[in-house]
Amino acid sequence: MANEAAIINVVARTSLWLQPHRILLILIALGLVLAAAFFMRWDWLPQYYEMGLIGIWRSLWILAVTCILGFLFAVPLGLAQATGSFWFAAPAKAFCTIIRGTPLLIQLWLLYYGLGSLFPQYPWIRESWMWPYLRQAWPYGVLALTLSFAGYEGEVMRGAFAGVPKGQLEAARAFGMSRWKIFRRIWLPQAFYRALPTLTGETVLQLKSTPLVATISVIDIFAVSSKVRQDTYLTYEPLLLLALIYMTITGILVFAFSRIEARIPNKIG
Amino acid sequence: MVGLLHSIEIALGATCLGLLIGTGGAYGKLYGGPVVRDLLAVYTTVVRAVPELVLILLLYYAGTDLINQALTAIGYQRIDISGLAAGIAVLGFVQGAYSTEVIRGAILAIPQGQIEAARAYGMSPGLLLRRITLPAMLPFAIPGLANLWLIATKDTALLAVVGFYELALATRQAAGVTKAYFTFFFAAGVLYLLLSLFSNLIIGRVEAWSRRGMPSLKEAR
Repeated sequence: MANEAAIINVVARTSLWLQPHRILLILIALGLVLAAAFFMRWDWLPQYYEMGLIGIWRSLWILAVTCILGFLFAVPLGLAQATGSFWFAAPAKAFCTIIRGTPLLIQLWLLYYGLGSLFPQYPWIRESWMWPYLRQAWPYGVLALTLSFAGYEGEVMRGAFAGVPKGQLEAARAFGMSRWKIFRRIWLPQAFYRALPTLTGETVLQLKSTPLVATISVIDIFAVSSKVRQDTYLTYEPLLLLALIYMTITGILVFAFSRIEARIPNKIG
Repeated sequence: MVGLLHSIEIALGATCLGLLIGTGGAYGKLYGGPVVRDLLAVYTTVVRAVPELVLILLLYYAGTDLINQALTAIGYQRIDISGLAAGIAVLGFVQGAYSTEVIRGAILAIPQGQIEAARAYGMSPGLLLRRITLPAMLPFAIPGLANLWLIATKDTALLAVVGFYELALATRQAAGVTKAYFTFFFAAGVLYLLLSLFSNLIIGRVEAWSRRGMPSLKEAR
């Protein structure tokens, strides 16, 4: 019986969602996709297939690394702003304001062209072990994206740390927990739960800023599509495919985060 | 400096266009028929899921191309669309999707009774929009819209990639000529930062003005 009821429920929900006008719209969309598939040129696809995969992989890699590093950096930033004395809070706040007040493109170019052009003047840098890395573009891209994510997320974490009810921390102290233990067991997890919905949005925003590294010659998926456009003189096809790829990644990200969000205990605070 | 002026012009134009689209979009999403609602849902979802850089490239080329094709089809000559107009249109289109969501949320936050009371007075929809909905939603919408304005000023830098002459591209060229990369990019960053801080000041004023007569946030808590 329960099984039948579940099936009926699913059918009812589908029929509610699949109203006649929706079916028509879906058909029109399918028609557009088919028209794009038949009337546009896609014969370049096999040739650039592997390059595209490498590009996607590199974009995802940059996204993951910068998000994790940026988050690790954002926690002390948020903590300093939420509780620290003036000498900790003021630099953290200044950092967040500067990062959030200037375009990422300018930060990226400042690091790559600006710092990158300063380094070779000093012989000791050229002779050090870092030089092979500093000559490439991707460390600058990763650094700029990490700083930007930390700047935006630091502000979010400030609010999250400040939003944890005082009673929780007092209770933990009353239990005789050490400061580090309070932070690790009580404060950070609760702040993280609070920040999670915003974190989803920030991660999607971060994904959308990864194509900027293509402007400093890192070969991510955006750079691959630019190369296809230069090689084949096609305007729309690579861009449309690129938009589709980004939409798919966004969808997967949002889905993954909603799964994580569903796992955390609700009714906090 | 001309670059900075261009940047501000584009940001202003794009925000205004975005607000128009946003108001229309929010109305469509709230009161429109099922088809309009679904189409708007697709519009906001797609625009918010695809990177601005890709959208700008796509719309910049596709938009100018489509207009020229349409013009030749009607029998006019091809026109050269100025970068300024194209930039404003593209960024406005992107901003429209974001502001649709902001304004929709703000309209939903208006106490329902106010709109019903206005309808009961026999106000026409246009009058209702002008006298009740827009002023009443403003305090709820200002924080979100302020954020969008700041994003718009920073997004203008992306237009440098399609070769439009604004602050970022001007800086890059100046830096390339003089080889003083660090100095110029640093100066550009400071300019953008000043623009943001200055906007923050003005936004604070506007918000205080739009909230006049309402209990302050601190008292409400």
